[in-house]
Amino acid sequence: MPFQPVILATDALVYLLILLAGISAFYTHRHEHLQMPWRQVGRSRTAMGALVVIGFYVVIGLLDTLHYRPANGTDAQGNPRYATEVMSVLDWAATPLREHREKTYSAPFSTHLYMRETVELPDGSKVRDYPRLKWGGAHLADPDDAAMDIVQRSLLGILVGAGLWLGVLLIFARGRWAVMRGWWQDPAHGPQRTAAWTLLVMLSLVGLSLTLAGAYHVFGTDKVGEDVFYQSLKSIRTGLVIGTLTTLVMLPAAILLGIMAGYFRGWVDDVIQYLYTTLSSVPGVLLIAAAVLMMQIYMSNHQDEFNSLTERADLRLLFLCLILGVTSWTSLCRLLRGETLKLRQLEYVQAAQAFGVGHFTTLMRHILPNVTHIVLIVVVLDFSGLVLAEAVLSYINIGVDPNTNSWGNMINSARLELARDPVVWWSLAAAFVFMFALVLAANLFADVVRDAFDPRLRERS
Amino acid sequence: MMAYIVRRALYAIPILIGVNLLTFVLFFVVNSPDDMARMHLGAKRVTDEAIQQWKAERGYDKPLAWNVQAKGIEKLTDTIFFDKSVRLFAFDFGQSDSGRNIGHDISQRMWPSLAIAVPIMLVGLTINISFSLMLAFFRGTYLDFWGVVLCVAMMSISALFYIIGGQVLLGKLLNLFPISGYDTGIHAWRFLILPVVIGIVSGIGAGSRWYRTLFLEEINKDFVRTARAKGLSEQAVLFGHVLRNALIPILTGVVVVIPTLFMGSLLLESFFGIPGLGSYTIDAISRQDFAIVRAMVFLGAVLYILGLLLTDISYTLVDPRVRLN
Amino acid sequence: MVVLLLAGCGEPPWNNPYPSQDTSRPIFFSSFSERPKYLDPARSYSSNEWAFISQIYEPPLQYHYLKRPYTLVPLTATSMPEIRRYDRQGNLLPEDADPEQVASTEYRLHIQPGIRYQPHPAFARKPDGSHRYWPLSEDELKGRYTLQDFPQTGTRELTAEDYVYQIKRLAFPPNHTPIAGLMAEHIEGFEDFAKRSGRLAEENAKAGRLWTDLRPLDIAGVRVLDRYSYSIRLKDSYPQFIYWLATNFFAPMPWEAERFHAQPGMAERNITLHWYPVGTGPFMLTENNPNLRMVLDRNPNFHGERYPTEGSAADRAKGLLDDAGKPMPFIERAVYSLEKEAIPRWNKFLQGYYDNSGIASDSFDQAVQLGANGEARLTPEMQKKGIALDTAVETSIYYMGFNMRDPVVGSRPEDPADRARARKLRQAIAIAVDWEEFISIFNNGRGQPAQGPLPPGIFGYREGREGVNPIVYRWEKSRPVRRSIEEAKRLMAEAGYPEGVDPATGNALVLYYDTALSGPGSKSILQWYVNQFRKLGISLVVRATDYNRFQEKMLKGTAQLFSWGWNADYPDPENFLFLLYGPNGKVEHHGENAANFRSTEFDALFERMKNLPNGPERQQVIDRMVDIVRRESPWLFGYFPKGFSLHQAWYGNPLPHLMANNTLKYKRIDGVARAQQQKAWNRPVTWPLWVLLALLVVSAIPAIRDYRARERSRAR
Repeated sequence: MPFQPVILATDALVYLLILLAGISAFYTHRHEHLQMPWRQVGRSRTAMGALVVIGFYVVIGLLDTLHYRPANGTDAQGNPRYATEVMSVLDWAATPLREHREKTYSAPFSTHLYMRETVELPDGSKVRDYPRLKWGGAHLADPDDAAMDIVQRSLLGILVGAGLWLGVLLIFARGRWAVMRGWWQDPAHGPQRTAAWTLLVMLSLVGLSLTLAGAYHVFGTDKVGEDVFYQSLKSIRTGLVIGTLTTLVMLPAAILLGIMAGYFRGWVDDVIQYLYTTLSSVPGVLLIAAAVLMMQIYMSNHQDEFNSLTERADLRLLFLCLILGVTSWTSLCRLLRGETLKLRQLEYVQAAQAFGVGHFTTLMRHILPNVTHIVLIVVVLDFSGLVLAEAVLSYINIGVDPNTNSWGNMINSARLELARDPVVWWSLAAAFVFMFALVLAANLFADVVRDAFDPRLRERS
Repeated sequence: MMAYIVRRALYAIPILIGVNLLTFVLFFVVNSPDDMARMHLGAKRVTDEAIQQWKAERGYDKPLAWNVQAKGIEKLTDTIFFDKSVRLFAFDFGQSDSGRNIGHDISQRMWPSLAIAVPIMLVGLTINISFSLMLAFFRGTYLDFWGVVLCVAMMSISALFYIIGGQVLLGKLLNLFPISGYDTGIHAWRFLILPVVIGIVSGIGAGSRWYRTLFLEEINKDFVRTARAKGLSEQAVLFGHVLRNALIPILTGVVVVIPTLFMGSLLLESFFGIPGLGSYTIDAISRQDFAIVRAMVFLGAVLYILGLLLTDISYTLVDPRVRLN
Repeated sequence: MVVLLLAGCGEPPWNNPYPSQDTSRPIFFSSFSERPKYLDPARSYSSNEWAFISQIYEPPLQYHYLKRPYTLVPLTATSMPEIRRYDRQGNLLPEDADPEQVASTEYRLHIQPGIRYQPHPAFARKPDGSHRYWPLSEDELKGRYTLQDFPQTGTRELTAEDYVYQIKRLAFPPNHTPIAGLMAEHIEGFEDFAKRSGRLAEENAKAGRLWTDLRPLDIAGVRVLDRYSYSIRLKDSYPQFIYWLATNFFAPMPWEAERFHAQPGMAERNITLHWYPVGTGPFMLTENNPNLRMVLDRNPNFHGERYPTEGSAADRAKGLLDDAGKPMPFIERAVYSLEKEAIPRWNKFLQGYYDNSGIASDSFDQAVQLGANGEARLTPEMQKKGIALDTAVETSIYYMGFNMRDPVVGSRPEDPADRARARKLRQAIAIAVDWEEFISIFNNGRGQPAQGPLPPGIFGYREGREGVNPIVYRWEKSRPVRRSIEEAKRLMAEAGYPEGVDPATGNALVLYYDTALSGPGSKSILQWYVNQFRKLGISLVVRATDYNRFQEKMLKGTAQLFSWGWNADYPDPENFLFLLYGPNGKVEHHGENAANFRSTEFDALFERMKNLPNGPERQQVIDRMVDIVRRESPWLFGYFPKGFSLHQAWYGNPLPHLMANNTLKYKRIDGVARAQQQKAWNRPVTWPLWVLLALLVVSAIPAIRDYRARERSRAR
């Protein structure tokens, strides 16, 4: 086999998340009343546009989740030997980006390095000049042609994007023009139109990066000459993992404890309340800092268990999710407790109790289904906050591993670059653009989901 | 009322013990007393004796939480945990591991933190409420729509970008304010403007959107509709009914925050070099000064519990129907 | 708007972080990045602390400001110490006696009469002659939180007794003197004194007494000869001891100061010797708020010292002798502001608010251009501002060490074949790790690749061809050229690792690298190391930990490869070569030899070199020692960092001095020029604010229109 699949700890959880999402989608599909709020989401233009954007992020994140070790030669017995470092499908797809390393900084679309270097001329004299880049625009005989070349490539990129777009639309319309024309003219298909336009924009961007990123450094290069665009792409997975897995790992505890506290009351309630009041009264940053330090020490004491930097960085990422989960489950728990307290006063729950239905059955049948909307809202609302939190934590060095690509790490190292003159702005700009797009889309989507699922708001409108 | 407060205060004790235990466990798993000694004694020419002595002087040579050698109750009391925790309850924070008096440090560093946090809260509140009232006034129009989009866009930008951008733009390029630093007394205002402006701007997005939701909830209530049906002008309805009723959730939201203002803003303080409690905490973590971290966690917990208590009390004050029990 | 109004009420420059009247006075403005932990001369051992206390405390000797190589001259002493050598029987030996014969040495020091301490409350007296501020009752202490809360001050003449008292403090165990272990090896009676005083301190602690009076206890080797003279007796010949006499460890300490601070309630108020130094130097610490700033003011009682008159022609050309013979100090105050982040510090320097600055790697290109031959020059923008650059190769080394106790990179000492294998492996790695590239990528060329353990400026360092490490470099066209990677691969093959494949596993040889590096910049550095080893086919696994863990590993000897550095205590080769001296082994003896290198020949040579005076004989011994470590390669020698520092045009008498810290007194500030420049560089730009305001107004128009429309529709 030319490669050996690898499943890192976070990968496994991501797969689990996908599985859970699949199951609940299937379940929702079978139950008409559960589909109603989703239909409302589907009727929102903002939600559909945002969803397309998020979809692109998710696809990139998933590509970056499929990990493997490539084979590099065979051993004496003819069995393949695998590299120690772990790669992902995204790494493979972005091989040119990954391998096009310059010496140091270069500006976006530049053909020359950002710094002067001593260059030896053929006649033996030395001058200080901006040397040509090893990769960026290297195909050009004359660097002055770069502007023209970029325009041509951009047009081509947009064409590719548009072509892809038509293809995708045709697939959705099952190959019939009439269906597509129907979307265009029917006012009821507004959301779909928004989604289609967003898709066009996103696919054009994909086309642009296909035609441009191989030949130029679209977002420039960083201090050691690594392509910033590649770093931004790799950071997507980190952001998504923190945003989703954190809530995933905290959910079981929050739901279980929250419902139990509200349902059983009495001493159970007291204990659980004590637990979450204590946890939430510790300032979050301090708790995270202590826990992250603790994990670092555990790791340095058990170094032999981690074969590669990737595995270690991955475990640290997972641990960060865990500890963020510990600090954030209390609010959900409190909400669920309150809701359960209300629910257990309702007649049918009282009736169920009177008929001697077991606690477990009551909880599963009557309470849990009636609090899921709160869980869903919290999950969606928390997502963008967590993505932003990662950046801040990385800034105080208690975030993800410095070896992990993440927007926080990018901002952190870019901060120093702003003091340069002429300023190196592209790392910061790239992190800003990528983060802003994701968080904005997530926020817009979350708004619509909340409106759709919050019964108080629904009754009113 | 009094009895309720006393009971709540008593309830705080087990929570504080729990908090203390948690910090203690976390910190000592991270750091053996040996590590702390080495950290404080420096890198060059450190001998084993010096480490042992450092520990003995600061009382870190005892067992952590259970003394096997001691007798009776001393098994529990002659330990690091007991030594270091009990005094906290009297707000006696003791000496930091580098030998400074923590209580005095806190009482001094509190003021810069407040000097930043209070203006941010007050001015921010005013701006956010006026902006969201405006949005509520124009609800349903394109102005409201774009206003909300602006809010969402603003809250989608990481706080780091606001700080970095503000510092570079206002401090470096426009030469308007000192880039960082602080001064005691009245001269401090020149250093405070930049962080305060940044703090306010970065809070506008989330704040305004939240207040807008509050106002819209009120607007849709029956009594507001009645008021409007009576022919009251839109402004009168907004200020007379909507704002007044929304004040309850606004106030309670603010009251919870007040005690935590003392803790300062970690990011703003460390970016602008302001000697408040936020940067104190960050420094303590990076220097692994356990005594300070423990004191700050304890203080934070006390203030948080105080905030909860104040919220409950303010609820009864604004809405007499809520009974304390 | 409010912002604009507020900002508008002051004179420009608006962004001046200091009171505007201070700008034009001879006040030195600088920054510090980390708050100093200890300002007690017995305890403090890091450069950021010495930057302060060296201006305050005065040891008997100091380094000459201008002379190179670094030369010791008297400071408070009247002359250089008189050194007497004795043999085993206690007979005085002639000066040129064989070091082998010397059994003990005596240093006699005479200090100048009439030197007085800075004003300090510890010396304040009541009319009846008793001390004003001790003993104090709890009541009298109320409301006093800093030293300024004790308004009355006094002074006293410096005596030899104070110097002796400080040496006792070095031995006193509760003071945790970092050099106590070292001094106990040399000073007679030091260890015994430590034991006796330690017992006394314990008794006092039990009785609840805070102060242990060290005066009645005697330390055998240290004696007061008369009011102005004292002597220190060493158990052996330790020629490097004289350098210690120029460090703050041997500065005088008045016992009154300790007595004053050892009162109940003082430590609780943070009034301790660690925070308020008491010295005789040109400056005194008047504000100590390490969360904000430290202020040094001129000491009104300073005994006076004149600017040195001797210097080279180059110094004269640079104007460094313009002040020759004038009384120092030239500045009246020094304000150090806390600046934790590099960016604000750099920006404030560019705005003229700091008088000097180092250069962070990221602002390097902005400030400095490297010339065609690698020499540093300021960029035109900097030159236009009148900013000047000083460079100096630091007397420190950053190296990558092999743990010689490790079975892979080290060897079994009894097995010559294994020794050869490990040596070749180390040599191959030494060739492969390209420090020239490291320096150019990560240090902007600010460093010199090390050819051996001795940095330039230290006796024994050799320039040019003789100084080249033949294992790693070849001499070509009058410069050293790193040997090719093919040669390294050949060495690998000879060591039994062809193409980096470990015969035991059939896979690439795996080596582990331990480092305490972390943070945003470390990723690229670590990746760089991995790439260097990959050139040989070795797979390097990086184990990054925190500094504590790292040290523990070094102590246990479980690391394989590691990076560390050493900063010279004094300009003597002994201070570097002892890092490889066998009996200093980290694991066995808890010394500073982190590689746990051990070579009988090297150790013997070291013992000889230690006692030799600088001269051809010593050079010869050092050459042989350097040859041994080059061949054995227990270190990849790494590089000697080059310090670049910038200063503004109004900053006078700048000269980097790597050994002396008490250099503030030589500096001069032209405040008037500074005030003018600051004004010119910091013109506030307000138009963007107006644009912003206009935008706000414009964006309000649709709202107003909408509002009007509604009003109209209501009215209708």
